[in-house]
Amino acid sequence: MPRESATFGRDVIAEIQRAAETGVYDIRGWGAKRAVPHFDDLLFLGASMSRYPLEGYRERCDTDVVLGDRNARYPLHLQTPVTIAGMSFGALSAQAKEALGRGASEVGTSTTTGDGGMTPEERGESKHLVYQYLPSRYGMNPADLRKADAIEVVLGQGAKPGGGGMLLGQKISDRVAGMRTLPAGIDQRSACRHPDWTGPDDLAIKILELREITDWEKPVYVKVGATRTYYDVKLAVAAGADVVVVDGMQGGTAATQDVFIEHVGIPTLAAIPQAARALQELGLHRHGVQLIVSGGIRSGADVAKAMALGADAVAIGTAALIALGDNSPRYAAEYEALGSAAGSYDDFQDGRDPAGITTQDPELAARLDPVEGGRRLANYLRVLTMEAQTIARACGKAHLRHLEPEDLVALTVEAAAMARVPLAGTDWIPGTGDAAQRSSTRGSGHHA
Amino acid sequence: MESLSFDLANTTVRALNAELHDPSVKSYEVLHPDGAHAVAAGIDSGIAVEVRGHVGYYCAGMNDGGTVTVHGNAGTGLAENMMSGTVRIAGDASQSAGATAHGGLLVIEGSASMRCGISMKGVDIVVGGSVGPMSAFMAQAGRMVVCGDAGDGLGDSIYEARLYVRGRVGELGADCVEKELRDEHRAELAELLAAAGLDHDVADFRRYGSARQLYHFQPGQGRY
Ligand SMILES: Cc1cc2nc3c(=O)[nH]c(=O)nc-3n(C[C@H](O)[C@H](O)[C@H](O)COP(=O)(O)O)c2cc1C
Repeated sequence: MPRESATFGRDVIAEIQRAAETGVYDIRGWGAKRAVPHFDDLLFLGASMSRYPLEGYRERCDTDVVLGDRNARYPLHLQTPVTIAGMSFGALSAQAKEALGRGASEVGTSTTTGDGGMTPEERGESKHLVYQYLPSRYGMNPADLRKADAIEVVLGQGAKPGGGGMLLGQKISDRVAGMRTLPAGIDQRSACRHPDWTGPDDLAIKILELREITDWEKPVYVKVGATRTYYDVKLAVAAGADVVVVDGMQGGTAATQDVFIEHVGIPTLAAIPQAARALQELGLHRHGVQLIVSGGIRSGADVAKAMALGADAVAIGTAALIALGDNSPRYAAEYEALGSAAGSYDDFQDGRDPAGITTQDPELAARLDPVEGGRRLANYLRVLTMEAQTIARACGKAHLRHLEPEDLVALTVEAAAMARVPLAGTDWIPGTGDAAQRSSTRGSGHHA
Repeated sequence: MESLSFDLANTTVRALNAELHDPSVKSYEVLHPDGAHAVAAGIDSGIAVEVRGHVGYYCAGMNDGGTVTVHGNAGTGLAENMMSGTVRIAGDASQSAGATAHGGLLVIEGSASMRCGISMKGVDIVVGGSVGPMSAFMAQAGRMVVCGDAGDGLGDSIYEARLYVRGRVGELGADCVEKELRDEHRAELAELLAAAGLDHDVADFRRYGSARQLYHFQPGQGRY
């Protein structure tokens, strides 16, 4: 039997060959594909003798969330804590953006612009629209800022903390180029640093300016890629953030170097407890400043786990695209013709998406009907919400927000250490000192 | 009443900006700004504002149609993301003056610090004195005129903006090159100087712009 190398596996060999052939690094979409400790490594305990469950169809389990009530005159009031993450017009077609707005609005949640400005289609179809304020400031203008329901200052993304956006020439159509004030067809890199502020002290003044321009009406979010999350969250709050968005390393992207996606940032699971601890120490957790978590959210179980660890809401990118029709088996033959397969297509940078979502090609984009796409997304968002409610009721919670770390255990030592919940069947949380201290910090009092 | 006066020694910036966003008169005067931030930010009509003193960060930020004159110096991000209108400052400006601005005219009678015109998207910027390093970084569109010197890294990663400098230029930024000054450039330069109220011989200026070598990721380029 010929033996394959564990160090030089087939994928590694193929990448070395590709690099030697082309002399350019690999740029792709999607998020980290490697396995990292994730929500799958956590389980809920559920109720039995010592906890009291709620009846599925009779007893209330609320899901609404208010975002940004610290400073803004008009905070967002969403019916479900599952929001749609920022994805740019440019990366996505105008139809896809519109579909995201339709789906989100149907279930009473928010959607978010991206690194390419606000389109009338998405504003028109979105009940709650968050307007991103990015380093590139493509298409940024005060009229759209005033039309937004919230402002999200983006410092980074989980897929590429410390990196700026990319959009390759094949996706820079005349409309995209016009909105970004760039020549059509160029390979565009967005800046990774904001042009007019550096550091938290400046950011405080920048946020003040944004509030002044919009007459203190709108919540201001700050989005960071998960890295030094504990400190970043504290600094974002000090700078005035009403909502902090933390995006883990599994988070999706439209176009980033593969080496960046796979090797920079920390898993979502490791980031949430750090963010929650920062807010707790500031006395703002669960009231004052809200925490939105993203990066690899796929199911209602993931939503419930993120919230139990301390999130007030979550955001989804990749899963929302899949709900619209991304990677659909319907286009299997076309994915194969592109050298990919339905289920592993990640060339969002390429602009030839058979499903018509990550493209600016008018013919491909026309394949996605925004009304049908919106309906599918709304269905999916309803399922996520109902699944999360199912779990919350089983844990005896009348609101998703009442889920807590005490409801969780971990399946692996790594997940226990990162999520700061005990390994299932034990009282052991690696890395948090002695057992007595552990049970007191967990606050439940019933441990031995 | 023709004109309203706001004394920031005893009124808040919030009260000032709220009035400027829903103006009851056409012209305003601001006294004792004393370095306050976001003075006259978010104007969206054709009002005139005279600021008597020094301002902090983001003065006239996102200005859309207003005429703002500062009789003093300005902190970081003067007229950032301006859409239209005119911002004129009698003194010097700190970093990132005119950052990402889409339109309008920004006149800095003194000098500007680093990153003047960073990511500019269509604004016209005229600087009577010099600009610091990394000015016009990633400048996408619009025109920048510098009557003094420009620091190192001018026009790094520049797109389609046009830069005119009268004095010395440090090391040029990546993909920024000197270009021929043709008649159409002399004409637009003369127009910009006249609009700014500055009197210089256009023949003394040199033009810089993009070599357009970074527009496509290429093997061996080393800078994507
Ligand atoms: C196609 C695509 C485009 C994106 N564009 C942006 C963007 O413009 N700005 C931004 O902050 N994040 C962007 N993101 C990241 C998302 O906002 C979000 O952080 C991420 O998708 C969440 O992880 P998930 O994909 O695992 O749900 C993009 C993601 C995708 C998949």
